[in-house]
Amino acid sequence: MQKSIQLPLTKKDVQSLKAGDRVLLSGTVYTARDAAHKRMIEQDQAGEPLPIELTDQVIYYVGPTPAKPGQVIGSAGPTTSERMDLYTPRLLEKGLKGMIGKGHRNDAVKKAIVENGAVYFGAVGGAAALISRSIKSSEVMAYADLGTEAIRRLEIENFPVVVINDMYGGDVYEEGVSTFKKEAAEDQG
Amino acid sequence: MNEVTYEEIVRNVQEMCQKANFDLGEDVYAAFQEALSTETSDTGKEILNQLVENADIATQDRVPMCQDTGTAVFIVELGQDCRIVGGNLIDAINEGVAKGYQEGYLRNSMIYDPLNRKNTGDNTPAVVHIELVEGNSVTLHMTAKGGGAENMSRMKMLKPSDGLEGIKKYVLHVVEEAGPNACPPLVVGIGVGGNFERCTYLAKKSLFRPIGERHADETIAQLEFELMEDINRLGIGPQGMGGSTTALDVKIESAACHIAALPVAVNLNCHASRHQTVTLG
Ligand code: SF4
Repeated sequence: MQKSIQLPLTKKDVQSLKAGDRVLLSGTVYTARDAAHKRMIEQDQAGEPLPIELTDQVIYYVGPTPAKPGQVIGSAGPTTSERMDLYTPRLLEKGLKGMIGKGHRNDAVKKAIVENGAVYFGAVGGAAALISRSIKSSEVMAYADLGTEAIRRLEIENFPVVVINDMYGGDVYEEGVSTFKKEAAEDQG
Repeated sequence: MNEVTYEEIVRNVQEMCQKANFDLGEDVYAAFQEALSTETSDTGKEILNQLVENADIATQDRVPMCQDTGTAVFIVELGQDCRIVGGNLIDAINEGVAKGYQEGYLRNSMIYDPLNRKNTGDNTPAVVHIELVEGNSVTLHMTAKGGGAENMSRMKMLKPSDGLEGIKKYVLHVVEEAGPNACPPLVVGIGVGGNFERCTYLAKKSLFRPIGERHADETIAQLEFELMEDINRLGIGPQGMGGSTTALDVKIESAACHIAALPVAVNLNCHASRHQTVTLG
């Protein structure tokens, strides 16, 4: 089943999402990866305000290729999320409601997702040319000196994702794999 | 003595870098189609469909199929009767990489120093392995190797008594641990034997063999086949969300080793398995 969601996320949206749901996202997301996360947390620790308001927002872990002339953005698929795990619980505390990336999160992040009523989406790693077609505009908002790692605001339309971790503790990586592992074993008789 | 010029190498490397990133190999494309006919998960099928569509868009629009346009890795088979004129071979490769990546709007992912982490700005240096072979030509094999799958690659010195079963167990463990992070469906490259550094090189080299092509040695070919079956029974599936397509292929290369050793290296490659080969001279 495919759902459509308009961002920013509401509490009701998050409550309705279950691990394994296929979702098309439209609206605003912010890009940030390793270096931008590190800098946001350093600013937070120094008592400075963050360069973007995080409440109810979604962060997309991506470092796009440079845009060709005439392109809104270059190829823009997800990067591995676990490199952001160290910084994520604090951002969720500050109101962040969703993340888009690929791959496992650690236990601290999964716990923070449940505690703060948030959601972690997976985009298809490597489907970067396809994904960039659902990005309609891109604007650098902060940390321009970080190049591909700068914080950008993206307007997206029907951006395809799957819910990996929901606010109820569901995890598609665990559930999906155990379903198909069993089935495969049964095939064997 | 045959001569190949510096400029020829630059020009060819430049093209290879772009083609590798824009045009998914026919072998991988065919493997997607095959997987689509066998995949048992709906989400898995949907993901494979997205990957096919993604490859088509990349080719049509001349844009990289993945935003991680990789480290440029070369295996060069240099004929001992071939001479590179007009400059150094490694410099020529690096100049080709720098030009290819800038002109193709590919991402620069290389840094000068693993500790200070400052970007070199043109995706150089390439990783270059040179093998001296017979003949008077030079063959360049290139791959754009993504970071996600490379990060989940592992090496272990097994005990000789661990044997075939030990090798299989270790490979399955590495693939399971990588799960979604290496962007499955994967191509699993395995080195068995050699010493510490040769083993990892063999694993990387095995990934240059086209998908669907088995090793010439029957015992190794059989092991490739069995591992492929075992890996696809793990249930990891496309993007690790569950399914029957975890590996598109398994490749093994082996070499002589010490009586006390059984080195095994597993170099994972994601579905964006990007390869180009040219022969000059
Ligand atoms: S692992 Fe491969 S497909 Fe995945 S993001 Fe990296 S290069 Fe792209």
